[in-house]
Amino acid sequence: MSAETPAPTVPTVPAASRKAQVARDLADVPHAPGAPKPDAILVAEDVTRTFGGMTAVDVDHVEVQRGAITALIGPNGAGKTTLFNLLTGFDRPNTGTWSFEGRSLGRVPAGKVARAGMVRTFQLTKALSRMTVIENMRLGATHQPGENLLTALVPPLWRSREAEITAQAEELLARFKLLEKKDDFAGSLSGGQRKLLEMARALMTKPTMVMLDEPMAGVNPALTQSLLGHIQALRDEGTTVLFVEHDMHMVRHISDWVVVMAEGRIVAEGPPETVMQNQAVVDAYLGAHHDTDLGDDSLLTDDVAEQLEAEALVEKEQR
Amino acid sequence: MDWTRILTNVAGEIIAPTTAAYALAAIGLNVHFGMTGLLNFGQAGFMLIGAYGFAIASMAGWPVWASVLVAMACAVVFALILGIPTLKLRGDYLSIVTIAAAEIVRLVGRSTSLTWLTGGNAGLAGDSFKGSFQELSPLPDGNFGIGPWEYSNNLSNSWWVRIVGWALVALACLTIWLWMRSPWGRVLKGIREDEDAVRSLGKNVYSYKMQALILGGTFGAVAGIIYALPRAVQPDSMGRPMTFYVWTILLLGGAATVFGPVLGSILLWTTLMLIKTVLRDVVPTTVMRSEQIEMLGWVLVGLTLMLLVIFRPQGILGDRKELAIDVR
Repeated sequence: MSAETPAPTVPTVPAASRKAQVARDLADVPHAPGAPKPDAILVAEDVTRTFGGMTAVDVDHVEVQRGAITALIGPNGAGKTTLFNLLTGFDRPNTGTWSFEGRSLGRVPAGKVARAGMVRTFQLTKALSRMTVIENMRLGATHQPGENLLTALVPPLWRSREAEITAQAEELLARFKLLEKKDDFAGSLSGGQRKLLEMARALMTKPTMVMLDEPMAGVNPALTQSLLGHIQALRDEGTTVLFVEHDMHMVRHISDWVVVMAEGRIVAEGPPETVMQNQAVVDAYLGAHHDTDLGDDSLLTDDVAEQLEAEALVEKEQR
Repeated sequence: MDWTRILTNVAGEIIAPTTAAYALAAIGLNVHFGMTGLLNFGQAGFMLIGAYGFAIASMAGWPVWASVLVAMACAVVFALILGIPTLKLRGDYLSIVTIAAAEIVRLVGRSTSLTWLTGGNAGLAGDSFKGSFQELSPLPDGNFGIGPWEYSNNLSNSWWVRIVGWALVALACLTIWLWMRSPWGRVLKGIREDEDAVRSLGKNVYSYKMQALILGGTFGAVAGIIYALPRAVQPDSMGRPMTFYVWTILLLGGAATVFGPVLGSILLWTTLMLIKTVLRDVVPTTVMRSEQIEMLGWVLVGLTLMLLVIFRPQGILGDRKELAIDVR
């Protein structure tokens, strides 16, 4: 296969209106856990995972809309990352089935899941630190005949594909502003740059769906904006994005749909503008301060923080 | 002190068949550890199983090429048996299993009930299996000397074994050089760094680790043949110490490099010979007997390895940024 392989089939819609298009598609979807989507790319059914006596994940039904940015949020320990690990084949469920593009992927090993077009990144970045940036990128490419033990010994058999891969890698690196670092060891990059590299490397596989596990964790504010831009650009090119995130500001800013988990279950679903008002979310996730906007930067000032602490103290005493 | 004799002995080690055999074994271990990050502490097991395979097939009257194939096939089977249960687990489990498996090979080989096949703890005498190999030699009978090196052309410890041994080392270096620069080598390197990351990119990590284990083990089996050819197949001389010499050689020369194992092997054996012969000349026998000096030689090698790990963890040829033993 050549580098000119067409990108995943995209509905012929100009990039700028993709967000509006997705919003229209999702307009009629009920705001309820497990709501069916008009064009679901990923459908999971009855997925459970227990660790000893603790049920980490217990999801009855969930669907992810094709071409949309879906955020998976929830308090710490809600089972978001465990669900991620299950869906991408990095962990085995106790029960459950799920299909990706109509293909059953339950209990399929991680490598095969990625080859099917569902590629993930990790919460703790896994840049291959003692390899150069460009080698990291090349590793992501698919259909390199030189990755076979015997073909590897005859360079003419894989050199032309390698040149295509390198061109693709440099193009992506340029987009992620890492091109001038291409010959540096990945270990010498900053935390934020590693996140960018990991995302760019995942894109080398030309995925249909990317799963980002806390893409903003540990990224400095200057890079946050560019990461947000990259994620939106993915959607605009027709890639489906599912991400786990704690930063409400970001969730509100870029996602088309929000799925809320608490204690292993999906407790609410809806568009980002309204899901925060859902009573189940308020109870499970936002606690006493449901009427404050967690995405509001003014929360970060000392006055507000002190006021909240005081309220929390009062609440504790009342108990 | 007789410097001519000392230097002749030291020079002899540079091209000795044993040096070539250890270089080959270390090249195999480099595929495991340097390229893939697999901690194989049973390389001597691969060598011993290769030596047994070759010797037993030769004694059964098989031609040399077929005997070599038998040795390699034994290594492949051994690698599969080791790898199937352990490669799905992480990291250190492989090292525990390999060190035990190598011991099992040695203990089974020397067991009395297998004397009819493996010669028990006496092993297989060299003359019983090396005839077919020596007959292959195109060299005329007799001796040949150049500089400090003078050996018979075709007998046990001959030019013929040296030529074949070092030709194999050269061939191994060439293929490793090709593999290291290939996309296949890149996947292995990725696995060495973080196998989950490689898995998330759609590669079958298990299959790649198995390929590396088999390939490195096959190099080990061929090394075992070269090691046995000038002497005999003696299970007790191919036990745990042998594995650790191979590790010393790899770390000394530099893991994840093409020529590191070769340089490491030459350095280890020449240094050891130099220390032993010099000490035998200067230390009076009333202070230390010859066999004690032999032991002292190994003590000094151990000391060198410790200093190396502390002050140059990447080995002589290694790139510290790429692969070093993390001591701090």
